[in-house]
Amino acid sequence: MSLLYQGSEWNFDTLKRVYDTVEEIALGELGLEVYPTQIEVITAEQMLDAYASVGLPLMYRHWSFGKHFVRNEALYRTGQQGLAYEIVINSDPCICYVMEENSMTMQALVIAHAAFGHNHFFRNNQVFRQWTDAKGILDYLAFARDFVARCEERHGIEAVERVLDAAHALQTQGVNRYARRPKRSLVEELARKDERRSYVEAMWNPLWTTVPGRDRKADPKTPEAPQADLEGQRQIELPEENLLYFFEKHSPSLAGWQREILRIVRVMSQYFYPQRQTKVMNEGCATYVHYRIMTRLHELGRISDGAYLEFLHSHTSVISQPDFNSPRYSGINPYALGFAMMQDIERICSEPTAEDRAWFPDIAGNGRPMATLREVWAEFRDESFILQFLSPKVIRDFRLMHLTDEADLPHLEVTAIHDEQGYRAIRAALAAEYECARLDPEIQVVAVDLPGDRRLTLEHRIHDGRRLDPATRDRTLAYVRALWDYPVSLKETDARTGTILPNGETDLD
Amino acid sequence: MNIIDRRLNPKGKSLPNRQRLLRRLKAEVQEAVAQSIAGRRITEVDSRKPVPVPVHGIAEPSFRKGNDGRRDFVLPGNRKFVKGDIIPKPPGGEGGSAGEAADSGDGEDDFTFSLSREEFLDIFFDDMELPDMVKRRLKETNAAQPARAGYSIAGSPQALDVLRTMRNGLARRLALRRPRQSDMDDLLRRLDEAEASGEGATVSRLTEEMETLRRRLRLIPWIDPVDIRYRRFEYRPVPIAQAVMFCLMDVSGSMNEHMKDLAKRFFMLLYLFLTRRYRAVDIVFIRHTHEAQEVDEDTFFHSRETGGTVVSTALDEMNGIIARRYPPDSWNIYVAQASDGDNMASDRGRVETAMTENALPACQYFAYLEVDDPPRDSWDGRHFKSELWRTYEKLLLPGVPLALRRATSPGQIFGVLHDLFARERAD
Repeated sequence: MSLLYQGSEWNFDTLKRVYDTVEEIALGELGLEVYPTQIEVITAEQMLDAYASVGLPLMYRHWSFGKHFVRNEALYRTGQQGLAYEIVINSDPCICYVMEENSMTMQALVIAHAAFGHNHFFRNNQVFRQWTDAKGILDYLAFARDFVARCEERHGIEAVERVLDAAHALQTQGVNRYARRPKRSLVEELARKDERRSYVEAMWNPLWTTVPGRDRKADPKTPEAPQADLEGQRQIELPEENLLYFFEKHSPSLAGWQREILRIVRVMSQYFYPQRQTKVMNEGCATYVHYRIMTRLHELGRISDGAYLEFLHSHTSVISQPDFNSPRYSGINPYALGFAMMQDIERICSEPTAEDRAWFPDIAGNGRPMATLREVWAEFRDESFILQFLSPKVIRDFRLMHLTDEADLPHLEVTAIHDEQGYRAIRAALAAEYECARLDPEIQVVAVDLPGDRRLTLEHRIHDGRRLDPATRDRTLAYVRALWDYPVSLKETDARTGTILPNGETDLD
Repeated sequence: MNIIDRRLNPKGKSLPNRQRLLRRLKAEVQEAVAQSIAGRRITEVDSRKPVPVPVHGIAEPSFRKGNDGRRDFVLPGNRKFVKGDIIPKPPGGEGGSAGEAADSGDGEDDFTFSLSREEFLDIFFDDMELPDMVKRRLKETNAAQPARAGYSIAGSPQALDVLRTMRNGLARRLALRRPRQSDMDDLLRRLDEAEASGEGATVSRLTEEMETLRRRLRLIPWIDPVDIRYRRFEYRPVPIAQAVMFCLMDVSGSMNEHMKDLAKRFFMLLYLFLTRRYRAVDIVFIRHTHEAQEVDEDTFFHSRETGGTVVSTALDEMNGIIARRYPPDSWNIYVAQASDGDNMASDRGRVETAMTENALPACQYFAYLEVDDPPRDSWDGRHFKSELWRTYEKLLLPGVPLALRRATSPGQIFGVLHDLFARERAD
C-alpha cells in the first residue's frame, strides 16, 4: 500500500483521498453509520466568527455574540487560547469546518474525529435522535436569522434586544426534559368527554342521593373562587418547568413576534440540550474513533511514521488530564475521561480480568468490543454512561477522589478514594456531576393568580441546600417580570419538606 | 461527501454583533474614551492605533446555584489523601481549586477590548454638532440626489417598470387586434362542428380564417421591445450648507507651555470633529501675537513662535478674510478662539468694535476658551477675571451667539468642547 500523502501540505485531492480511505475503515471495520458529510475549509478568522455564534454557521444577531467574539479574539491574539482544529454541526448533511492552517495529518485526524466520530454519535445516540432534527436545523437557523432581522427592521433593534436578553437569561429553563404528551385532537377530546359522561351516567345510582351529607348548593360557605382558580390553573397546565414555553404560550402581554422570538431561543436551547448531556460520551466516541482509524492507517502503511508521530503528539495533548493540584487543572477533561472509558470497555470485552467479570458480567469477555461500544454510544448519556461503565480500573488510573464541601464547615472532607470501598461512591458522585438536571436549579411556574392580580409564582425546589446566587437571581427575575408584565415572585423551598426557606421569597411588583 | 472552500467568503460576520455590543456599552465607552483622551499626548489623539477600553458589567445573568449548601467534587490525581481526611478550606471562602473548577464560566465579565480609531472617534464626537447651521444654498454639483424623472426606453434591468411595460403591451395588442385564446378556441369549436355536419364550404372558410388568426398571433408578439419602459432618474443638485470655522489661537509670550498645550488640544479635537463630521467645512487657522497671520494647519499646530499680545489683530484679520472670501449671506461662519485672556488694555476698544460691528453679526457661533494654569490651593478655585474675559463678558447679551468657557487641565478639554458643541436636544 502506498502513502496517502507526504509532507504536511494539504490540497483538495489529498483531502478527498484521505476521506475515502478513512471512510472505508470507519464504515467497513468499525461499522459506523453516519450522515453524509460536507467538509468546509475556513480560515482562523472565520473560525472565530463561528465561535461567536455558538458554533453554528448561521445565527441571529445579538450583542452577546459580539461579546464572546471580542473575548475569544483577545484570548487568541494574546496567545492564551488556541483555536479548535474543527467544529462539527449536528445536521444532515453533517457540516465539519476544518481550518486551512492545519497540516495534512491534522486534517486526517479531524476527518476521522469529526466527520466520522461525532457524526456517528449525532446520528445514533438516543438523546439526539429524540430531541434534535438534524435535517431541519439549517433551514430553521436561516428562518430564525431572517425573522429576527425582520423584527429588528420593523420594531427596532432595542425592542428585539429586550426580548432576546430576557429569553437568553432563561435559556437553561427553556428546555423540555421529558417528551410532552401529544396534544389530543378536538375529536379525541370530545370523544373523551362523551366517554366520561356516559360512564358517569352508567354508574349513577339513586341510592347515593339518599346518603346524608352536606348539601353543597345550600352551603353558603363553599368557596367558589378557588374552584374557578383551579380550573384556570389546569387550563394553563401548571406546574410548568419550561419557562420559555410558558411565556410563549401564556404571557398576557407579549406580541406575536415576541412569542416567536421566545420560541426561537427555546428551540436553540433544546437543540443544544443533548450536547450538554453528552460531552464525555461525544468526545470519547470521537476520540476513540480517530485513534482507531489513525492507528489503522499507520498499520496499513497509508501514513508515514512521521505523520503518525505528529498525530500521537496532538492526540496525547488532547487527552492529557492534569492533576487537581496542577496549575493547569480546569476540571475533568471530557476527552481524557471519555477516551479512557471507551478503551476500557474495549479491554473488558476482549481481555477481562476477574474484577471486570465481577463488575460487568454482561459484557466482560463477550469478544465483540465494537458492537458493544456502538450500543453504548447509541443508548446512554453521560450520567447513565458513567454510572454504568466507570470501572475500578479507570478510577485507579485517574486516581479519583471524592470531596464533600459543606458550606458552613471550615474544611473539606475526603469521602472516598480509589479503593474497594470508594469505587461505587466515586462512580455515583461523578455521574451526578454530569447530570444537567442536577446542575441547573429546578425552577417551575407553580401558580398564577388569574382571578386576582395575575401574580406569577415561581418555585425553586432545592435538593442539595444550594440556593440561587442572589445577584444573578434578582437580575434574572427582572427579565421574568419583563416577559410576564405583571408582578412575579420567586419562592425557594426545600424539596423534601416543601417549606419555604428563610428569606426565601423574592417579590417583584 | 462534498468539500467546500469557504475561505473566500466575506469576513467579519460578527461585525453587526460588535456594533450591537458597542451600542449597548455606549455610556461606559464614552466615559472611558473621555478619560483616555485626557491622559494621552496630543499627537496620540489623532494616531491611528486602536484604543483599549476597559468594559465592565455586560453580564448575562441567569438562574444559577450559589455556593452555599453541600457540594460534591470528584477530582483526579489524588496522591496522598485517604478516606476521612480533612482539608482546611483555603482562605477566601472558596473551595480552593475545586471551587474554581465548579464555578468556571460564572465569572463576572470584565475585559478590555479595543476600539478601532473610527469607532473611537464616532463615539467621541457622538451628539456634537455645529449649531445654527441654517444658511443653505446650491453650491457645486458634488451633492446630488437621484430623483424620478419619467420613463425612458433604455435603462438597466432593475429599473424596468413592469406596470408601464405591460400597459403598453396591452394597448399595442388591442390596437393591432392580436387574437385572443378564446377567439381561437371558439373558431376551433365551430370548425369541428362544421366538419361533423359535413358543410364543406364552411369548413374551408373557417380553415382559412384560422390560418389568418394563426399568422396574426405569430406576427404580433405578446410583449414587444417597443413596449418596454424603464424608470428614469435624474441627478438633481441639493442645496448644502457651507460652513467655515475660524480657529484663533493666541501664541504670545504670556501663554506658557501648559496653556499652549491646552489650546492645541482644544483645536486638535475641534479639527478632528470638523473633518470627521462635516465634509464641506472650510477651516481657517489664524494665530496671533501682537500681529496676526493666517497659517496652514501644520504651522498652526507645530510651529513655536512668540511675541506680545494684541487680540484685535486676529479679529481684524478674520474680518478681512470674511469680507474677501466668505460672504456672510451664504456662509455659516463659526469662530473658536483660545487665549490666556491677556490683552493690552489699550486694545480693549478695538476688540469691542471688531466684535460688535463685524465678527458677532457675521457669525453663527463664537466660542471662546480661556486656558489657564491649574488653580493653586490658596486660590481655592476663585476665578480671576482676565482682561479679555471681562471684555467679552460685557458682550454676553441674550441672542448674542457667544459662549465663554475656561479650562485648566487636559482632562477638562473634552468636556468643554463637548459643552460648547453639544447637540441641543428637542426635549
